[in-house]
Amino acid sequence: MTLVQIVFLVLAVAAIGSAVGVVTSKNILYSALLLIACLFVIAGFYVLLEAPFLAAVQVLIYVGAIAVLIIFAVMLTENLMRKQRAWNEQWWVALLVALALAAVLLYVVVTAQWQLSAAATPGDAIAALGQSLMSTYVLPFEVASVLLLMALIGAIIIAREERKEGE
Amino acid sequence: MIPLSWYLIVAAIIFCIGLYGALARRNAIGVLMGIELMLNAVNINLIAFWRYITPEVLTGQVFALFVITVAAAEAAIGLALIISIFRNRETVTVEDLDMMKW
Repeated sequence: MTLVQIVFLVLAVAAIGSAVGVVTSKNILYSALLLIACLFVIAGFYVLLEAPFLAAVQVLIYVGAIAVLIIFAVMLTENLMRKQRAWNEQWWVALLVALALAAVLLYVVVTAQWQLSAAATPGDAIAALGQSLMSTYVLPFEVASVLLLMALIGAIIIAREERKEGE
Repeated sequence: MIPLSWYLIVAAIIFCIGLYGALARRNAIGVLMGIELMLNAVNINLIAFWRYITPEVLTGQVFALFVITVAAAEAAIGLALIISIFRNRETVTVEDLDMMKW
């Protein structure tokens, strides 16, 4: 067992533990904080996989933006210290579905034979990524920018408080 | 070197935890958190396949970037909807939001 594998196992335990906490915590604010921990650990996976740019994007966008949005929504909607039932009445059906899917996925993952490549990652992966975004993937890139603009405008319009004239 | 299957196993487990959260949570924000977990599990898979199977083409990383973009848009719209629903109905419990149920 090498050092990298030990690091991976520690990260895996942290990721799965915090993910379980996200779905089981009775207090939704603790769920949100555990979600931040889980997203950080997943950024650690990206570092192990030699994708440092993705790790930085993960921390910036998921931890920096999405998690903060979620915490804002929690604070705007909930009485924070109120304990409430975490799950609805169909939780056992959901558990069965999740366990069945987990069994199928784990069976496939363990038995499948992958065509592994021994090639190393390109040294200037970030530059190559930027170039491919601007050449091969320029159309999805532009569509993504339009999508983000629509999401921005849509979120403002949906969340805006309706005020009548003269109020 | 870490075997590819380790990443896939962790991603599968996180995906199923997220699925359970999305299906079983009562709080609408909790449902969104489950969906975020599922999207992250998919991203781990994409990056792991990129690293182990086609490290010379960057498709996996580009796909993961677009998944993160769509996740950001989805979170912004979803949370705006939740805030709007809370303002109108004073609740974010999904069981109480059944006015479109037959």
